[in-house]
Amino acid sequence: MDFTFSPLSEQALVIETGTIINKESEQAVRKLSSLLEKQTPDWLVEFIPAFTTVTVFYDPCQIRQAEVEQELRLLAAHLDEVEAPTPRQIEIPVCYGGDFGPDLSFVAEHNGLTEEEVIKIHTSGVYSVHMIGFAPGFPFIGGMSEKIAAPRRKSPRLRIPERTVGIAGMQTGVYPIETPGGWQLIGRTPLRLFVPEQDIPSLLRAGDEIRFTQIDEAEYREQEAKLDAEHS
Amino acid sequence: MLSIRKSGLQTAVQDLGRTGFQRYGVIASGVMDPFAHRIANLLAGNAETSPTLEIALSGPVIEFEADHYIAICGGDLSPSLNGEPLAMWRGHFVPKGSVLSFGEPKRGARSYLAVAGSFDVPAVMDSHSTYLRAGIGGFQGRALKNGDSLKTLPISPQRLDALKNQNSQTPDWLIPPARYHEQPIVRMMPGRQYALFNEASRLRIFEETFTVSANSDRMGYRLEGPELALEKQEELISEAVAFGSVQVPADGNPIVLLADRQTTGGYPKIGQVASVDLPLISQLKPGESLKFRYISADDAQQLYIEQEQQIRQLKIAIQMKREEWT
Repeated sequence: MDFTFSPLSEQALVIETGTIINKESEQAVRKLSSLLEKQTPDWLVEFIPAFTTVTVFYDPCQIRQAEVEQELRLLAAHLDEVEAPTPRQIEIPVCYGGDFGPDLSFVAEHNGLTEEEVIKIHTSGVYSVHMIGFAPGFPFIGGMSEKIAAPRRKSPRLRIPERTVGIAGMQTGVYPIETPGGWQLIGRTPLRLFVPEQDIPSLLRAGDEIRFTQIDEAEYREQEAKLDAEHS
Repeated sequence: MLSIRKSGLQTAVQDLGRTGFQRYGVIASGVMDPFAHRIANLLAGNAETSPTLEIALSGPVIEFEADHYIAICGGDLSPSLNGEPLAMWRGHFVPKGSVLSFGEPKRGARSYLAVAGSFDVPAVMDSHSTYLRAGIGGFQGRALKNGDSLKTLPISPQRLDALKNQNSQTPDWLIPPARYHEQPIVRMMPGRQYALFNEASRLRIFEETFTVSANSDRMGYRLEGPELALEKQEELISEAVAFGSVQVPADGNPIVLLADRQTTGGYPKIGQVASVDLPLISQLKPGESLKFRYISADDAQQLYIEQEQQIRQLKIAIQMKREEWT
């Protein structure tokens, strides 16, 4: 595979696995990540995988950038022998509409659908997590039907509660912490996407396959209380 | 223990940042001026990685509820102890009941207070840094408020006595302070997307003066200056950013990403500030200005290595002084 290497800084090197987001470039990112996780060379500080890149942060006192590149090229040469981790399948229950999803009606109107139809389309898709970034545990999710796409709000909300499920353009996502943002809000999940007390503080990981399922408010309350109790 | 009588503008516990969790979207946080933080810790006899209090512009009023040994480094926010000016970049013994306060910000924007033994706050994801937006780390996941009590880890009475003696015997010994210029020249590598900018922008970024806008914080400094633009507008694929990445949103005004930056971003990066020069930016106040000067990644790495050697030497010098005294 043909990767390009270029510096982000004097202590970080970017490996680009492709120039477009596709299965190949994403698989390569996942394989590189899993190799780095297993091998953890001494000079490695940390790494950040994204759609088509893995950025490797190193200790500049231990190794020169040219040597980091050499070592990473060696690693990349063996990529074909690595099996990509099997995608995990995760279900995200969502209570749609009402106070939790004040923009559900907008998304419906914008697409000439009823609210029920929007929910039906949102829950019938199989989605994949491209990457985690922007906020702790925040998944960039691909695979949404264009039938329920909706533009961002003209003026962003100052506060979007954690656990809110939204739509922006062709993307759907879940807010792990309270954040300002311009997404159209369609519902809320009782799941906690950011779990700082766990070794891996993100519920979701790049490569996960997810489905949304509909729950009512009573189920939402019950699951939320249960999950919060587990972590308090 | 430290009693926070007045919290100041933003006083929060920070260390060298939360490393290893950015791949889960957890921001690094940590101090804005790592050099000042590390020296303050060394002077207080702590590990460089220990948490300090980052104090911004308008400082707090702090009462010491026990005998302590402290050091303050970084920007000069006119610290005083019981009303008397307190020298920065050196250690001080402070008897129980002393009150530390701050006055006018003279030069720089952030001071670091290290206390011998360091602060007794729990580590969250291996770091003591306060992650304000997520409400975790540091002191209860937030900046200090009036009336807070910040506990310190105990140090032995013998060690404190030794420090107390040093204090009276060597009143003039200090570390040469870092120089924070009013109009610094900041060395910058070309960013990942430098080549995508139009020719005028590629020249201007290294030639013209940029001013720090009022809309600047620990997440990033927005700069005002000549407008920067890509050769042709295009959507980029989000990728990792770093402390000191200079990204340019569509409005053409660059943003220098700092301690509380997000882990990834989709704006084109025109530059990357050399790590050794990051404190020069972090210590600027809104309204102050700077210029960028080109440096290669290799040279920036060399500077980094040299600075680490200097810090190691300072560390040895401080330890030798200690042994002389005891």
